[in-house]
Parts: sequence; structure tokens; C-alpha cells
Amino acid sequence: MTDPVHARIAEIISAHDVVLFMKGTPLFPQCGFSSRAVQILEHLDVPFHAVDVLQDQEIRQGIKTFSDWPTIPQLYVKGEFVGGSDIMMEMFEAGELQELFAGKGLQPQS
Amino acid sequence: MPMSAEEIRRRILAALPDAEVELTDLAGDDDHWSARVTSSAFAGLPRVRQHRLVYDALGGEMGGRLHALQLTTIPRTRA
Repeated sequence: MTDPVHARIAEIISAHDVVLFMKGTPLFPQCGFSSRAVQILEHLDVPFHAVDVLQDQEIRQGIKTFSDWPTIPQLYVKGEFVGGSDIMMEMFEAGELQELFAGKGLQPQS
Repeated sequence: MPMSAEEIRRRILAALPDAEVELTDLAGDDDHWSARVTSSAFAGLPRVRQHRLVYDALGGEMGGRLHALQLTTIPRTRA
């Protein structure tokens, strides 16, 4: 039996190439970790779909079990879980996040 | 009650006995921590799995009693 919240999450991450589950919105992040994740994506100029978990308690809890990851923000690229803001920062500093987006054809045209 | 530095360190060491754990109190409130964890257990693992090892060590308290932990994992390679 599929968890209906997990089904909703699966639908969201299949509908958008890059999804950030975060607290608050990209303009008004409600947490330092979410803010950092938004800054990295905006710096890379990668379009993303943001889901504000503070507006949806089901997703706020469901995303943790869906990803088996205890914290928010969480980044998904092409349906795959990439990590939270610490991993995004480590990958960004190592150039791996740029490679990931480029490899998936998501890098913006320069 | 927030999780103390001693408890964070103890839990990580219980799961990863060779770990070197550097904790920094980010906000001076005993509640927002930065941890740099070095362990041979991370060697060869993708970052997500390295971080999961630490989160598992903290026993489901991440996002609960331990509400902010900025985590850096460093694989220790044998010399």
C-alpha cells in the first residue's frame, strides 16, 4: 500500500527537474539552512521548484520518511535525492553540484 | 532540553569509534552546533550515506531535540 503523502511527494519530484523542500519561500526563507540552499541554487542560476513545508504539515513529516533524511531543506534533482544544505555546500565547493546539473542538462545557457 | 556537546560526541563515538569529532557552538546557545566528523567509516561512501551514518548515530534526535547541526564529514584514508 502506498502512503498517500509519499505519493504526493513522488508526484512533485517527477513533475519538476529541480525541487527544493524548504522552510519558507525563496524570497523569505524561515531558516538559515533553507536560506543557504536557496542561495546556492540562485548562485548557480538553476531554476527550481520550491515547496514550503511550513505550509503543509503532511509533507513536512512525510518528506523525512520518504527520503530517510531527518532534516529540511532537501534537494531533489530529476527525481533523485541529492542531500541537505550541508551536502549542497560541500558539493558546490567541490564543483560537484555544477557537474551534476550540467550532467543532467540543467545548467543554464550562458 | 537540547542535546549537549558531550552527548552528541558520545553518541557519534559509540557508532563510529575511530571518529574525530570537532564541535562548534554556532550561536553560543548550546543548541546550534557545527560538527566536523572524521572517520574511516566514511571512506568510499557517497556524501548522503556519510551523513546518514552520523544522523543514525544521533538516534533520530536530528530535527527534534537536536535542532540544528551543520555537518561536515571527512573520510579518513589510511596512510
